[in-house]
Amino acid sequence: MSFLEVFNRLPEEHSPRLRRFSAMLDSSFNLEELAQEAEQLTRQNFGKTMRLFAPLYLSNECVNVCKYCGFSRDNPILRVTLALDQVEAESRYLVAEGFRNILLVAGEHPKFVSEKYLEDCIERIHPFVPSVSLEVGPMETEEYIPLVQAGAEGLVVYQETYDRAAYAELHVAGPKKNFDWRLACPERAYAAGFRRIGIGALFGLSDWRREALALAAHAEYLLKHCWKSSLTISFPRLRPAAGEFEPRVVLSDRELVRMICAFRVSFPQIGLVLSTREPAALRDGLIPLGVTLMSAGSHTEPGGYTRVGQEKLHRTEKGKMVPLIDSEGEFATEQFAISDQRSAGVMVAKLKELGFDPVWKDWDGALGGV
Amino acid sequence: MMSLHTQPWSIAGKTFQSRLFVGTGKFASPELMKSTLACCGTELVTVALRRADLSGLDDPSADILNFIDPQVFQIIPNTSGAMNAEEAVRLARLGVAAGLPKWVKLEIHPDPRYLLPDPIETLKATEMLVKEGFIVLPYMNADPVLAKRLEEAGAATVMPLAAPIGSNRGLETRGQLEIIIEQSKIPVIIDAGLGAPSHAAAAMEMGADAVLINTAIAIASDPRRMARAFAVAVEAGRAAYELGLPQIRRQASATSPLTGFLAD
Repeated sequence: MSFLEVFNRLPEEHSPRLRRFSAMLDSSFNLEELAQEAEQLTRQNFGKTMRLFAPLYLSNECVNVCKYCGFSRDNPILRVTLALDQVEAESRYLVAEGFRNILLVAGEHPKFVSEKYLEDCIERIHPFVPSVSLEVGPMETEEYIPLVQAGAEGLVVYQETYDRAAYAELHVAGPKKNFDWRLACPERAYAAGFRRIGIGALFGLSDWRREALALAAHAEYLLKHCWKSSLTISFPRLRPAAGEFEPRVVLSDRELVRMICAFRVSFPQIGLVLSTREPAALRDGLIPLGVTLMSAGSHTEPGGYTRVGQEKLHRTEKGKMVPLIDSEGEFATEQFAISDQRSAGVMVAKLKELGFDPVWKDWDGALGGV
Repeated sequence: MMSLHTQPWSIAGKTFQSRLFVGTGKFASPELMKSTLACCGTELVTVALRRADLSGLDDPSADILNFIDPQVFQIIPNTSGAMNAEEAVRLARLGVAAGLPKWVKLEIHPDPRYLLPDPIETLKATEMLVKEGFIVLPYMNADPVLAKRLEEAGAATVMPLAAPIGSNRGLETRGQLEIIIEQSKIPVIIDAGLGAPSHAAAAMEMGADAVLINTAIAIASDPRRMARAFAVAVEAGRAAYELGLPQIRRQASATSPLTGFLAD
């Protein structure tokens, strides 16, 4: 039994919870009342606190061709994979900023981003970063186990779109083409011992209500079958990136807020994530309404925090590496442009102003491991 | 305000006057948490080890302990986040190494949503920690047999739940709690789920030795006043228990008793 079997029966078979969730997504459902319930449930379950994390991009090398992604193999961008010392430098910068929860992000590339490389990165930073999570290409359970043993406690994998037809059309080449294998990834991660599992959909690729419903079904399944995992859900909306892909569907601010509130009311104890993809004013408005985990001051290019990684910087053309003659003043290309540009310090001040305690550390390295 | 002068009580030989334990999560700021602790008369405060600095480096991103004066409060580190006995024991040891008292509120909850305690791992960790000389206060489901087993394993108290953590649902496990209180040789502290001062008063009237409150205080619009409200309720409930409550009757007492025909 895996989520795939449940997914293949959607949308005919919806649980009572999913039917209520679906009703909340409809514009006829009173949004203000939904928001009030979401606010109240978030306070009860999470208190007046906000957990903070930072993404750390290790590599923007990628073998996949995905029409919407800045790192897509055929995009002629500047690429690099950070050396271990550089990963440590970036981590120490984030730790000095206050972060104790770091998400290591990398494109999918077996040569540059090998399992051994990821293991080395985790081992290097775990001694001074209490909580290390990963957002990398999907792997087998056996491949995940050494990463958990090295100290990674969370794994984030977005399905991007739960619309099979759209998925097939957008993922042109590379291992990411395999929809089913990606769909079962959170279960493989759980089996390997990851404690925190993050799922999500990239909004802008297909009908948002159907995406939300499939995401909710996925969450409901994982709650039952991966009962020891702490689940988080993300709702990234497409941002401008190399490749100039235009969103096919627009998820408005109002609809995003509705969806986040509907998730909170339907899943009161699940963590909801909001990244710097969203603009400052919208983020501030969402702080009380269900969100429990935020990033701040993010960079989406390897080496972005401390301006490292220039030595091995190169351009790729149709997947072929072209060395740079002069990398002076050049940096790796970002995955997408962030929107909320505020630093961690400014974000923390804002949280305090709104009556929230910013929580940097809510995990200790003594927990976890296999 | 006039005090009701309830009896002092003790855990592992240490005497306390207040019967209100306070948890330190979910507050809007550590400053607010600090002033809330100061104004409700509590003497027992629990802190999650996973949120504290255990590195010994005085980490500014994990400075919660700087807001709790160990001279004023008995700090009881808790193992929240631990999924099994080994993790809980590891955390407890790190707490001691970081200079915290050798007391531990054992919280082992493999399910991160309802945070219900694992009875098997809790018993195992209690045995391990008691051997190492810890004063162990295990959080547990309201299971009378488990309470006795933990007592036999050397727990200093038992901390059965009234309802899941943060649920504010009150004394949902009342019947089981009554059995635990009746049978226990060690203090019974009712932990989790108490959402209103009336719940706390009712728990104390039942004969609980103390209650632990966190969410209902931390997320109140004015945590300081809510903490006071709980403190007053705890004192009232305890005083009533000590004085003895009149029996509840289903009917009015008859003015012509059925046994009035008996001489003397």
